[in-house]
Amino acid sequence: MGTNVSLEDKFQAYVDAENKVEPKDWMPEKYRKTLIRQISQHAHSEIIGMQPEANWITRAPSLRAKLILLAKVQDEAGHGLYLYSAAETLGEPREKMIADLQSGKAKYSSIFNYPTPSWADMGTIGWLVDGAAIQNQVMLTRTSYGPYARAMVKICKEESFHQRQGYEVVMKLAQGTPEQKAMAQESLNRWWWPSLMMFGPSDDNSPNSEQSMKWKIKRKSNDTLRQEFVDKTVPQAEYLGLTIPDPDLKWNEERGHYDFGEINWAEFYDVIKGNGPCNKERIAHHVKAHEEGAWVREAANAYAKKQAARKEGDASAA
Amino acid sequence: MSESNWKLWEVFLRSKNGLSHKHVGSLHAADADMAIKNARDVYTRRSEGISIWVVPSEEITASSPDEKDPLFTPSDDKVYRHPTFYDIPDDVEHM
Repeated sequence: MGTNVSLEDKFQAYVDAENKVEPKDWMPEKYRKTLIRQISQHAHSEIIGMQPEANWITRAPSLRAKLILLAKVQDEAGHGLYLYSAAETLGEPREKMIADLQSGKAKYSSIFNYPTPSWADMGTIGWLVDGAAIQNQVMLTRTSYGPYARAMVKICKEESFHQRQGYEVVMKLAQGTPEQKAMAQESLNRWWWPSLMMFGPSDDNSPNSEQSMKWKIKRKSNDTLRQEFVDKTVPQAEYLGLTIPDPDLKWNEERGHYDFGEINWAEFYDVIKGNGPCNKERIAHHVKAHEEGAWVREAANAYAKKQAARKEGDASAA
Repeated sequence: MSESNWKLWEVFLRSKNGLSHKHVGSLHAADADMAIKNARDVYTRRSEGISIWVVPSEEITASSPDEKDPLFTPSDDKVYRHPTFYDIPDDVEHM
């Protein structure tokens, strides 16, 4: 009597008491699966996210801008690495995650399937896309899985530079010539809605959310995070004298939040399905880079073998 | 390793779930199991940890102090990697 507590119940009580789960702890299989899906998807987003920005490295308008952009893209590669490593603590091999990305089985944030035709996009991405990512990632520093939470702490520290450099780029344009200001506005027009989509489906259409919240993998719902982002970002746009492309956007005194228009969910699902402007290009480029890098991996293996053989030779000679 | 001279092991402790393992010291042991047991006795007598890692010291590759400059000075002149490098007006909040 009363001793028949299932492992799942024990796990839930453990998580409810705000304890962190570590790699060798017992966890429900679905908790493990959910984390592998979420963390690898997060890692893929960092890696694929390098592409739209790398597009401007060789055409940055100044050496200063180029150095900053290089440093930022380099950070994204690092973030991808922290996250792949966190997923590997759950027993998922790195090669499998890469294969799933390339086959289309695994997803990444749909925002990176939009093109970056303008320099202003480098600013808007830092400001809005990294801003939205920060909103989500700050929450994830308190996620119940220890290695994921620790990776997020590191990432959030670095993201702050990303968002501020982005805002600086947009600010320079917004305070520049009328043409420059128009560039900033045009870029905001294209990125606003896809940025809101980054938080995922609305709460009543988000099948995995409830369980994730219960396990404290997530601590805030998609709609809550989206609202927080809108509330923070609207005054930032006002400061720049830029207009957010949403006629329904207005302050709601009663709620203490901004009201905003309906997201085009048909577009959201279409891009996830693979029909965004750049889906095919992004994966094709990833595959190409991976294949073209094969000789580096082979050379590294050959060198390591040679070094090991030399060491052995030295040891037996001694 | 000879039978009279046991291997050296580096000991890492996790003080509580949610924190990473931290290096606390080293000890000698004949094998990994003994290293864990010895680490328990030597390093966790006052509930310092809830998880122990032991790693043979010889398996750790460390950077050489001579390499300090070539490894770490390149980041000194990359101040633009820090958020404070960017002038964001005080009126703009949450950034």
